Amino acid sequence: MTATVNNKRTAGFKSRWAAMPKQVRWAAIAALVVLLYILPNKWFYEYLGFPIGSDYFAFYTTRSDFAGVLFDTAVFVLLAVGLNVVVGFAGLLDLGYFGFYALGAYTVALLTSPESRFGTNWPWLAAVPLAVMVAMVSGVILGGPTLRLRGDYLAIVTLGFAEMIRLYASRNEGIAQGQRGIPAIPHPPGTGTDGKPLFGVVDARPYYWLMLTLILIVLLLIRNLANSRVGRAWVAIREDEDAAEIMGVPTFKYKLWAFAIGAAVAGLTGAIFAGKQTFINSDQFVLESSILVLAAVILGGAGNIKGAIVGGAITWYLPEWLRGVGDLIGVNFDAAEYRILVFGVVVIIMMIFRPQGMVPNRRRAAEFADRRKEAVPQETVPNE
Amino acid sequence: MLLEINDLTLLYGRIQALHGISLTVNEGEVVALIGANGAGKTTTMRAISGLRPVAQGSIIFDGTDVTRMRADLRVVRGIGQAPEGRGVFPGMSVVENLEMGAYTRRDRGGIAEDMKMVMDLFPRLAERRKQAGGTLSGGEQQMLAVGRALMARPRLLLLDEPSMGLAPMLIQQIFEIITRINEQGTTILLVEQNAQQALSRAHRGYVLETGRIVKEGTGQDLLHDPAVKEAYLGVA
Ligand SMILES: Nc1ncnc2c1ncn2[C@@H]1O[C@H](COP(=O)(O)OP(=O)(O)O)[C@@H](O)[C@H]1O
Ligand SMILES: [Mg+2]
Repeated sequence: MTATVNNKRTAGFKSRWAAMPKQVRWAAIAALVVLLYILPNKWFYEYLGFPIGSDYFAFYTTRSDFAGVLFDTAVFVLLAVGLNVVVGFAGLLDLGYFGFYALGAYTVALLTSPESRFGTNWPWLAAVPLAVMVAMVSGVILGGPTLRLRGDYLAIVTLGFAEMIRLYASRNEGIAQGQRGIPAIPHPPGTGTDGKPLFGVVDARPYYWLMLTLILIVLLLIRNLANSRVGRAWVAIREDEDAAEIMGVPTFKYKLWAFAIGAAVAGLTGAIFAGKQTFINSDQFVLESSILVLAAVILGGAGNIKGAIVGGAITWYLPEWLRGVGDLIGVNFDAAEYRILVFGVVVIIMMIFRPQGMVPNRRRAAEFADRRKEAVPQETVPNE
Repeated sequence: MLLEINDLTLLYGRIQALHGISLTVNEGEVVALIGANGAGKTTTMRAISGLRPVAQGSIIFDGTDVTRMRADLRVVRGIGQAPEGRGVFPGMSVVENLEMGAYTRRDRGGIAEDMKMVMDLFPRLAERRKQAGGTLSGGEQQMLAVGRALMARPRLLLLDEPSMGLAPMLIQQIFEIITRINEQGTTILLVEQNAQQALSRAHRGYVLETGRIVKEGTGQDLLHDPAVKEAYLGVA
């Protein structure tokens, strides 16, 4: 019941949005993008009358470093967008997504840091493509044998993979340098107009802008893929793998592609993260994070790119925001501490009342309706 | 001979579902494969389309050994299937489902032509072009599954229980359409529990019992065979 009512509401907004002239839609998207770029600037809030650090600003975050909050949120959004290709488009359950993120981060760290045993001292930028490659190739190696099988093997294998990476990173003293981690990872290159390096320690804005730009690029690429033959193959595989195969879809190949693309996006995100953080160790890649990204994708509406963005942003930012509001009204409740618990509950509730997510994909909604019907004996006599 | 199956054995883990079956389908024929529930009819279909690997024996399609060929490549060769339980893509519209049927093809003109042909064959689908596959009635889904298989322009069409769960009037209609498809030049291997209808429309037929072919003959012969009558046609 609830699901249908909600569907109608979003359908209303959707059709109104679709009915608008193309120029209007593009202008609206452009305005939103500009706003996203402006968002981390202090002057923006001064202009609006509640400067960062003022009481009212707690409505947005308790951290003085709002750009940092935005960067973390953007990291999460890009991860969700990547995982959405795997889980949402191709319907593969990847429980170890953070493993690829860790691989990207460690590849950059090991190749660039003067403290690394590798001693290569590459500049950050040179290491990024390799980090993406390493993540992608690991995806192929991991997916190769697993994706040939049906069922939940992939979930188990990916889960094991992510834990293996984390355990190796925390126990291995020689290369990953255990709990001590790898420090002194160089920042991305570039010089500002004032002659100082663009990417530093204090100002998180350039990192956020970099991340935002990458998100936009990845979005364009993925959107084109989703609308291509590859995208149609993914939908078919997700909806009925056997049927896809007898339509002539090389299912294994396309599943592997989805998995590898997702891994590459995670690797890229990890590489950027390492460049900002300058220090990484195994504590930053716990299993909960994989689950949280998955929750974000499901929450937003698996299979829908907009859903992944919204889900990713909310999952990261909402607890941050709640903490601020709590402070303001004098409640000392740190929502971020309970992130996993809260989103666990939210996802369970969603699965019951609105399995297609907040921003559902038209197809997904029909798929879920179909699955519900399967549980009930089907009326096969047509109403003619 | 368009399809030739030799001594085919298939296992589900330790359970042997097919015990060395052999059958042939000639170009232009409708061949019926009948048998009770669990006899191995669907398994045979899945082996031919490549959804299930076989343990022993061979499948020759149009002179090529396809026994170990990937399922999607068999589609390119000309094997199309409307699977048991229809396998309609629930989230795709009728038109999108049909387009998926033509996934291996690139000739836009030909695809558009076939889309029209399918819509003419099943006017009901034309009325529901935009509707999601999962929301169609059982009969409509069956039509969609058959239409979708036709969209690949298969040389051999595998139909697995196209009449299952349909109202009597609709069953009649589906069988008439099967005959029409065959008259237009498509070879058909038809799996059915509805032996009466299947055999009366087939050129030849095979009877499958617990993974073995126990009888074969022309459709008419089998229809009048006392043993077949008793076991499958509900006549003593
Ligand atoms: N996926 C499967 N796993 C194990 N056994 C199966 C599977 N599918 C079918 N079988 C078994 O194989 C035999 C043949 O089944 P099937 O080909 O579906 O029969 P039919 O289509 O003639 O009703 C049955 O005994 C059935 O239980
Ligand atoms: Mg069957």
